[in-house]
Amino acid sequence: MSVRLNDFLFSILLIAVLIVIPLLGVGVLGLKYFFGVIIPYLALAVFIGGLIYRIVDWARSPQPFKITTTSGQQKSLPWIKRSRLESPANNLEVALRMFFEVFFFRSLFRNLRADLEGKRLLYGSAKWLWLGALLFHLGFLIIILRHLRFFVFPVPEFVNILEKIDGFFQIGFPTLYLSDLLILLGLAFLLLRRLFDAKINYISYASDYFPLLLIISIVVTGILMRVAIKPDIFAIKHYAISLATFRPVIPEAPISVLFYVHLFLVSSLAVYFPFSKLVHMVGIFFSPTRNLPNDNRMKRHVNPWDYPVKYTTYSEWQEKFRDVMEEAGIPIDEEWGKEIQKQA
Amino acid sequence: MSKLPKPEDLIKDVQLHRTPATHWMDTKPEFKPGKFLYAVEPQVMEDLGRPHLGKWQPYEEKWPLPEDWKERILKAIRDRMERFRSFKLFMDICVRCGACADKCHYFLGTGDPKNMPVLRGELIRSIIKGEFSFFGKIFGRLAGARPLTEEVLKEWYYYFYQCTECRRCSVFCPYGIDHAEVTMIMREILHELGIAVDWAMKPVRFSHFVGNHIGLQPHTIKENIEYLLSDIAEITGLNIEVPINQKGAEILFVTPSADFFAEPGIYTFMGYVLLFHHIGLDYTISTYASEGGNFGFFNTLELAKKLHAKIYEEAKRLKVKWIIGGECGHMWRVWHQYHNTWFGPFDYLEVPKSPITGTVFEHAKDHKVVHICEFTADLIAHGKLKLDPSRNDHLIVTFHDSCNTSRGMGIFEEPRFIIKNVCNNFVEMPENTIREKTFCCGSGSGLNADEYMEMRMRGGFPRANAVEYVHKNYGVNTVACICAIDRAVLPTLMKYWVPGVEVAGVHELVGNALVMEGEKKRTTDLRYRPLKGVEEEV
Repeated sequence: MSVRLNDFLFSILLIAVLIVIPLLGVGVLGLKYFFGVIIPYLALAVFIGGLIYRIVDWARSPQPFKITTTSGQQKSLPWIKRSRLESPANNLEVALRMFFEVFFFRSLFRNLRADLEGKRLLYGSAKWLWLGALLFHLGFLIIILRHLRFFVFPVPEFVNILEKIDGFFQIGFPTLYLSDLLILLGLAFLLLRRLFDAKINYISYASDYFPLLLIISIVVTGILMRVAIKPDIFAIKHYAISLATFRPVIPEAPISVLFYVHLFLVSSLAVYFPFSKLVHMVGIFFSPTRNLPNDNRMKRHVNPWDYPVKYTTYSEWQEKFRDVMEEAGIPIDEEWGKEIQKQA
Repeated sequence: MSKLPKPEDLIKDVQLHRTPATHWMDTKPEFKPGKFLYAVEPQVMEDLGRPHLGKWQPYEEKWPLPEDWKERILKAIRDRMERFRSFKLFMDICVRCGACADKCHYFLGTGDPKNMPVLRGELIRSIIKGEFSFFGKIFGRLAGARPLTEEVLKEWYYYFYQCTECRRCSVFCPYGIDHAEVTMIMREILHELGIAVDWAMKPVRFSHFVGNHIGLQPHTIKENIEYLLSDIAEITGLNIEVPINQKGAEILFVTPSADFFAEPGIYTFMGYVLLFHHIGLDYTISTYASEGGNFGFFNTLELAKKLHAKIYEEAKRLKVKWIIGGECGHMWRVWHQYHNTWFGPFDYLEVPKSPITGTVFEHAKDHKVVHICEFTADLIAHGKLKLDPSRNDHLIVTFHDSCNTSRGMGIFEEPRFIIKNVCNNFVEMPENTIREKTFCCGSGSGLNADEYMEMRMRGGFPRANAVEYVHKNYGVNTVACICAIDRAVLPTLMKYWVPGVEVAGVHELVGNALVMEGEKKRTTDLRYRPLKGVEEEV
């Protein structure tokens, strides 16, 4: 099997550039304010502006038809057990379906693997993708929530609790968080399958490797800071709160350049996010096969750009077949043409 | 027409875990006999007032494209993105996770990576990036972007007609990306230049001008029905009438036209007729609205709307109270998910209420259209049918969920409930091949042309494989279905992959089992096959 590496290597190169920029910028040129204040603010602005742009852009296009994908029994006769999650009949059930989709990747959980053995197709359960994706996304969420301790004062209680749970296993010293390990595990799995699963390798672009590598780099720099470099946490917290309160102050105390690398990578991710496939985070909420109820015959869906089309009317049709109809004894309707005219 | 390889040879080359050495953007489709569909005859498009490319075939080196083809295509893409959130969103949010890759029956039957829904989607996604995105233009391939060329059009024609719009991918996609939707829109976009498939367009012309796919004129429909009624008379001893274009009937019954004339759909039709007679239903069929199916749907949505408008003018003209639709797959996708938007509100109809059981079909209260299986299941549940399931004892039945009624409607239990009440021998196929995970017949969405036989046998392979399993292990000899295209194409598929298995509509089985008042002792089923037990007597 040949692994296609071009796109992967190009992404590594991009990541290397993104690491070198703050190394030079802060480490050599000392542009702390630029990398510590201007870039993060810019990135945040692009992130929020970009997401708003995408949301408005999707919202501007109407959904002309109610095209729910029904993965379960419809609501029909009262004695037939229906599937509220897979064939939601109202908005509450749609909300439930979306909830399981967004937080538990329900559709991905269905994943199967097909193999051809001789002349027989075999289908096996294949939950690894689901597990890898969940580890990664859940890990990411927990890490983001944990980071609230830097930006909010006093630290919310749930963040403290989360941290306690996350550090429960006390792996190493200082404690390595469970979420850090899990996210790396998830990311590694997602990356390896892009490299070594022939089908996935075939469909992977640099724009698929890049975000994975970018997030891996962010996690690794984060972990390095915690376990190896141990920068001045107090100074960083002071600085982070100053950012959050829009009164940015660059700390006097020396902070490791690794911190600036971490920050620059996060900023890069924020900028990249709205303009890449990563917008699926917001996009999923707009997905018409998932966010609409299967109630087409109960409730009419209106298409804002619907227009009338010309079709063969009954009268036109009858004129064409009058003779054969008469001969076959099929009733001729002379009234309908008049009725239609009267209506018009 | 090309010679079809033997079943044991057909899928020898299929590799599900190996990919070509060349980048997909450098891998061009080959238009080999048996693997592509003929282009539409210009006269068909002319008659319908649509653009066309004149006389041409897809295998020609140089397609006779108009000078401004590129602008027209790009404009059409932009237009669809503005009008369909689905399309825009599906283009934007795919992460190429590959969950859909081996879910497509065409991929499983060809091993062609461009039949992985994700990559079929890339065929257009790459153009949107390459033509409309600044970064796409800069990074090109690395961002999955490429420019629009004539070669791309050929690829679109090849692969967007290697999708049967079955929606299996959309069940497995974590974002619900539906490649049936992408295919539908891509076919519309090709239509802007008049690029279309002959087999998918001729039925549109017939449906538009005459009323049904094959162009049955009103008197022919009547004759066909009379012919079927004489068979019924012979088998049951009953003289039954079918009301045609009858004003003031309570219910308009519309079914795919194949049920009027083509085996084995005609047996399904005989089943409907027996059922309606059994319960004394006040109904009519129409020779004007004589097509429940809709080949327009396989071309453009506008054409689809054009064809089905007849049903509702007819409902108004005949002053019926509500409508029952026969057994058909894509027909029900169109009826269930599109009709109410196109043709509603239906204030001239009444909320459907079964005149026999009094059941009000609340789930259809706005659209006023009921699926025949919903109607029949309700009758059986209320004990209104006299049934002798042993009349189907010569059959061991499995049920094939058709794609559209499964994933675009969710009707799973009704047909099963009916089958279990009219048959004693019912076996399910393996769980990963039924219900929402059901496999397409391989010939849906206008691909059931003879010239496409090799592809059809490949696309139908996963379905046939599951039938083969129950055939070998449980002796299944009948695939029941609720789809006219299934009835048209599954017999061919079975003959090729699983000889010895017949195909039947659910209501054919109902017709066999119905114990009619005043009928003679039946010795054969509706196909003149001897009933079990009778054989021995003779």
